[in-house]
Amino acid sequence: MYDIKALYEAESVEHAIRLLTEHPEAQIIAGGSDVLVQMREGKRAGKELVSIYGIDAMRGVRYEEDGAIRIGSLTSFSHITKDPIIKKHINVLGEAVDMVGGPQIRNIGTIGGNTCNGVTSADSASTLFAWDAIVEITGPKGGRRIPIHDFYISAGKVDLRPGELQTAILIPKIAYEGYRGHYIKYAMRNAMDIATTGCSVNVRLSADKKIMEDVRIAYGVAGPVPMRALSAEGRAKGTPVAKENIQTFAQAVLEDINPRDSWRASRAFRRHIAVVLAERALKESIRLAGGEVNE
Amino acid sequence: MSRQYKVVSCTINGKKVEKTVDVRASLTDMLRDDYRLTSVKKGCEVGECGACNVLIDGECFNSCIYLAVWAQGKEILTLEGLAGPNGEISDIQQAFIDEAAVQCGFCTPGFIMSAVEILEAKREFSDDEIRKLMSGHLCRCTGYENIFRAVKKTMLRRLGKEREAEEV
Amino acid sequence: MYVGKKVTRVDAYDKVIGRTRYTDDLCDRGAYIAQVLHSTIAHGKVVSMDVSEAEKIPGVVKVFTCFDVKEKHYFPTAGHPWSTDPGHQDVADRLVLTEDVRFYGDDIAAVVAEDEVSAAQALRAVRVEYEEYPFVLDVQEAMKDGAPRLHEKYPNNILKHTTIQKGNYEEAIKEPGLTKVEGWYETPTVQHCHIENFICTAQMEGDRITVVASTQIPHIVRRVVGQALGVSWGKIRIIKPYIGGGFGNKQDVLYEPLCAWLCMQLGGHLVKLDIPREDTFVSNRVRHSIRSHIISWVRPDGTYAARKLEAFSDQGAYASHGHSIVAKGAGAFPQLYPCENVEVDAYTVFTNKSVAGAMRGYGIPQAMWAVECHTEDVAAKMGIDPVEFRRRNLMPVGFTDPFSKNELYDDTFNQCLDKAMEAIDYERKYKEYQNQDGEIRRGIGVSVFWYNTAVWPISLETSSCRMVLNQDGSLQVQLGETEIGQGADTAFAQMTADVLGVPLGDVHVISCQDTDVTPFGTGAYASRQTYTAGFAIRQTALLLRERILKYAHELTRMPPYNLDIVDGKIVRTTDGRELMTLGELSTEALYSLTNSQHLSAESTAQIKSNAYSFGCTIAEVEVDIPMCRVKLLDIVNVHDAGKLINPALAETQVHGGMSMGIGFGLSERLMFDEKTGRALNNNLLDYKISTFMDHPRLKALFVENPEPTSAFGTKSLGEPPACSVAPAIRNAVYQATGVGVNEAPVNPHNLFRRLKEEHII
Repeated sequence: MYDIKALYEAESVEHAIRLLTEHPEAQIIAGGSDVLVQMREGKRAGKELVSIYGIDAMRGVRYEEDGAIRIGSLTSFSHITKDPIIKKHINVLGEAVDMVGGPQIRNIGTIGGNTCNGVTSADSASTLFAWDAIVEITGPKGGRRIPIHDFYISAGKVDLRPGELQTAILIPKIAYEGYRGHYIKYAMRNAMDIATTGCSVNVRLSADKKIMEDVRIAYGVAGPVPMRALSAEGRAKGTPVAKENIQTFAQAVLEDINPRDSWRASRAFRRHIAVVLAERALKESIRLAGGEVNE
Repeated sequence: MSRQYKVVSCTINGKKVEKTVDVRASLTDMLRDDYRLTSVKKGCEVGECGACNVLIDGECFNSCIYLAVWAQGKEILTLEGLAGPNGEISDIQQAFIDEAAVQCGFCTPGFIMSAVEILEAKREFSDDEIRKLMSGHLCRCTGYENIFRAVKKTMLRRLGKEREAEEV
Repeated sequence: MYVGKKVTRVDAYDKVIGRTRYTDDLCDRGAYIAQVLHSTIAHGKVVSMDVSEAEKIPGVVKVFTCFDVKEKHYFPTAGHPWSTDPGHQDVADRLVLTEDVRFYGDDIAAVVAEDEVSAAQALRAVRVEYEEYPFVLDVQEAMKDGAPRLHEKYPNNILKHTTIQKGNYEEAIKEPGLTKVEGWYETPTVQHCHIENFICTAQMEGDRITVVASTQIPHIVRRVVGQALGVSWGKIRIIKPYIGGGFGNKQDVLYEPLCAWLCMQLGGHLVKLDIPREDTFVSNRVRHSIRSHIISWVRPDGTYAARKLEAFSDQGAYASHGHSIVAKGAGAFPQLYPCENVEVDAYTVFTNKSVAGAMRGYGIPQAMWAVECHTEDVAAKMGIDPVEFRRRNLMPVGFTDPFSKNELYDDTFNQCLDKAMEAIDYERKYKEYQNQDGEIRRGIGVSVFWYNTAVWPISLETSSCRMVLNQDGSLQVQLGETEIGQGADTAFAQMTADVLGVPLGDVHVISCQDTDVTPFGTGAYASRQTYTAGFAIRQTALLLRERILKYAHELTRMPPYNLDIVDGKIVRTTDGRELMTLGELSTEALYSLTNSQHLSAESTAQIKSNAYSFGCTIAEVEVDIPMCRVKLLDIVNVHDAGKLINPALAETQVHGGMSMGIGFGLSERLMFDEKTGRALNNNLLDYKISTFMDHPRLKALFVENPEPTSAFGTKSLGEPPACSVAPAIRNAVYQATGVGVNEAPVNPHNLFRRLKEEHII
């Protein structure tokens, strides 16, 4: 039994916006795997909830007219992993969310919830950062779309204004076409864990597979919110697929990331691991893109 | 403060049912308290142990972090629902007995329900895939070894691979 | 015959259909819900508490604070048999609620409400004013002069200090040509993590109080609840239904006294106290973290000239099982690798942390971590093969402990090592993994362990059994020894069937202990259930058999010595003729108009023996050096637990112990905040017990040398499987990397630190 002051169940996005406007103190609950846990801890105890779990229109993956991939915010992790569109273009996202918790959590957890709670360790977030995802927000004044980078304001805080909810995440065609990527979750055990550090890399190779035309890398738990390592990307872009270039790239992430000391892991440990992950994730991305790294 | 209630109609273990529930209830609360389905266990109440796992529309969920009101219109299967029409137990339950995959028994219902989802896929999973599909449950008694054997053997038997099952 | 066969667990069917009832399943829905308010400081005194806001919350029945505990009945909590000698009684240092706060999480108040939400709201609404004292978290810091003192009676926070002296250490180390090997080894605070949290309910009937509890030790709980409440023990009734694991945590009296006390304050109303997982970590019991310092002086031929052990055991805030834990490990030290000159100093020290109690292995996993990591270090320093070094120094056949009279009758260690080495292809792998370089390296490591069954002669060993024959020839069997998931009931049924001569299905072991009706027994601990109950079962079954045959004699006129019970029938041994079934005999006996008898038997066996139970682990790992990660590739445990009563259940007991050992070796550690003393990772997400994906296939093998002191040739197996796993993993990592990680667990943090120190990364 949860300490819920009142529960309002939204039947549509419009209904949800209305409920959120009527109950400005209310907390949105999607799958509940974060909200209910926090409520039990006492953090959100006694709050009103607006449940959007029943809005089926917010589920599923499809193409937009311009070829962008649209992921409904309520799509569960397991459904993202199994989705044919995801498998075809951004399989790494399916792989990343397939490392969240365990199977039951992946059935209830939603990609919207994973990003709206604003935590840096979210397994989906680093990949969405690395793929230049766009967040669709719908509110009383209609919809707006912003880059995921702008959606995250600070630890635990995202750009949702009163009456608004996140309705979809989009990956533009320009961001996914020709790219292949790999995600490594570094955690203390192989299931039921949160990332100590997560690293998502993708790469677009030249037609002859010899040049890294574009490289993107993003981290979870390398700072207060998920982040790109832009200096490292700059080092690698346009350079030949070669071990030395990959190592230079991996070392350069230290210029970008800023992990902290906590009881979960030391800053020194996270920095060390971040470099190892960058190197390994890029190598694997290159392999997936058809390239070959000479050892 | 007045309490908020809602009528929840759903199918539980093949039977259409309806009850008025407190909106604050988790599905675990509803199944245990309102329907006395006590195979649904409470081990952590935050989705970390898997003891309260049930199938909802064929997928596994930790019922502790699932609001009871969300069960409206859903088909829910708990361990109590696995028995056949004459009370006969299912092959996976028998395998848990035969492989000594049960010790204290507290995690057992949750594990069996995840095994049901695996078996319903009607395909052969690799050892690593089985481990991953069962990884949402913690067990402190068995080291997972005999649970693994029970699930793998039943999967192979359902696929007609009796000989391979014997070698697990 | 059923003993030695893989018969199905007697409780498996109900458990796979979800019919088995645990404490919460039995509780009436009208119960009041109690929750405990824990201190949010590590050391100090509760000055005042304001419960006025909490008591205004609708649904709240009452809030009880430490100041409401007027009669101060201090009680001990260890699940030890009571001692009638005051000098041997456990330390009585607990109250149901305390004003004196000794750790972050101490029990200072309790709320009782009609529902759990109101109770949780009330907990948050209680205002507490403390007087704060400095606190100490480190075991050796706590021993220093001037350290914050937890208990007035214990200067330097030392609960107990014991020594073992053998030969003359100081003289022996003067022998020329000795090599000195010295090391510090440390094990972390870990928790049992049974999947069912501790839970109990209490209700009064007349002036008596009934407590249903998830416990391993119902008869001990009765005594302690009586002590804690100041109530005559006969007025307490403890019922132990099926429990969702215990592993030693429930071999302590936890919240049964508080629940009973709350019930009494509320006119006997049913009260349920269901401890949340987070509190289970902090405010139940944990495994003692032990820091050990070993110095060995080794002769050039690889034998020990002298050895010294200092062990510092972190007791946490209250005495619980106290010094028994480190004392058991210290006692193993001079025995496992006997040496003429040994000095041991063992300290148990209070700190402002969660209370340490019993946990699977009872000090031996900690001792084996120190001893077997050290053994590896010595072998390496001496340039001797680690297995060969062990074989050369291990306890020889015929070794007898003068105190317990335990004897090593067989060549158990070599047999176990041989079997494990063959099963895992040790020799080939060991050679292959020598002198590797590269980022990914493999290693294979060995550890043996010492363990002894039961607690004689330190403590009482008694087992009582009752057998009652039914009209159909079946029988009920009752014992004070408890089923806690390990399969005890099944083993008891097998033993009974064999001694009495009845089909297994005719033996109904009553799983539930109810102290009103169950014969006296002290419960599940020290891996003693099968060993101790075996004596009482054999004795009682023989007594019942004698009575049955006597009655058969009256019915058949055949002398009892020409009669036997075979497969539930009375058989004349001279010609093998079946004279009647046991059911026919029993029905006649009950309803006879001339000689009506209820055939039953009850007896107590006092056990004045104890048995060694030894074995080993070999683990194979792959270490990803840049990632600071260890992957366990293969692992085998081999045990000599004497004759196995049920090989299938024995195997799965070993799997479970191995799993716990894997967590102990690789991932588990309960952490405390240096600034506040608060536990940091007290939930199943942040505390890392191994999951389905963290194990390879587990191999459990046996050497069956029948134990001559035992009623059925068997001896302990519940705890031993957890004893040697962690050091075997550490030693495998050592072979792979050349780096010894002496602080368990070998998790990425500790490995990162050590690889950095050795300049490998």
